[in-house]
Amino acid sequence: MNLEMLLNAAVKTIRDHADELTTLDSAIGDADHGINMKRGFEAIDAAKAEILALPLGAALQKMGMTLVMTVGGASGPLYGSLLMGFKNLPENPTLSDVSKSFDEAVESVKKRGKSTMGEKTMLEVLVPVSDVLRSGNATVEAVLKAAEDGLESTRELQAKKGRASFLGERSIGHLDPGAMSSYLLIKSICKCYGVL
Amino acid sequence: MNINNVGVVIVSHSLLIARGAADMVREMVGESVPLAYCGGNPAGGLGTDVGAIKVSLESVWNSKGVVVLVDLGGAEMNAEMAIELLDEHKRTNIIICNAAVVEGAVMAATESSVGGSLEEVKEAAEDAI
Repeated sequence: MNLEMLLNAAVKTIRDHADELTTLDSAIGDADHGINMKRGFEAIDAAKAEILALPLGAALQKMGMTLVMTVGGASGPLYGSLLMGFKNLPENPTLSDVSKSFDEAVESVKKRGKSTMGEKTMLEVLVPVSDVLRSGNATVEAVLKAAEDGLESTRELQAKKGRASFLGERSIGHLDPGAMSSYLLIKSICKCYGVL
Repeated sequence: MNINNVGVVIVSHSLLIARGAADMVREMVGESVPLAYCGGNPAGGLGTDVGAIKVSLESVWNSKGVVVLVDLGGAEMNAEMAIELLDEHKRTNIIICNAAVVEGAVMAATESSVGGSLEEVKEAAEDAI
């Protein structure tokens, strides 16, 4: 696993899509998701040398803590918990190692957000991806498909968490910004492994 | 400031709201309650800052405990995160109240100023409206 390549891809995708994320968030949230994520990932980019000098698990943990300290909105603790959930990932992980850490990471997000599937959040993308990884025959294509389908599923869901939940049924018909950023990050990682 | 009273921390997405709520506490309750406030994201815009919340918590922390008043979702999550970053022995007697920021802060401080326990201060905040 080449963390530098993945980190660069993640930073680039958030940078490239920050405006789009903020626009989505202005429809049903508080119009800061792209701005906040960009601030967090720029901070990761700025700390890159220090991060990459660490063992893999510690590097991911530091990336998470960087998001926690710089994002300034709910996505900081949520994505921070996700990345910090990989703290036990060994050097040169197998698919099974990645799957195990991904499961732990998704559990951290659920706990942090006091949320579960079906509430129109990033979990609609992350949970199906963790299921594919755990299936034993995960391909990059299958991971990407699960992320895409998960994102699309948020359109018809009614939000139960965050600012969007205040909108009740009016949140239906919009993609969830957090699910979109999760999808974009997973897509950027899939691209590193040769898809698209 | 009486360090034997429960501390009150105000966290808003807006520094102006946090400072204004703190001003109201000082005016209505006085100086006997350990009080801190913070607001705004690390870049100075609307949002909350885990590092700033942690500093606020540490500045009023005492063995009697601390209540935290937060406004919207991200503020609560970032306050939880800040609490987890404190030294272990400080984490257990900090409570995030399910209360409105302004009313909750004033009522919490009132209860604290008369020597209320952590639980009593929390209840005062949550009963405020």
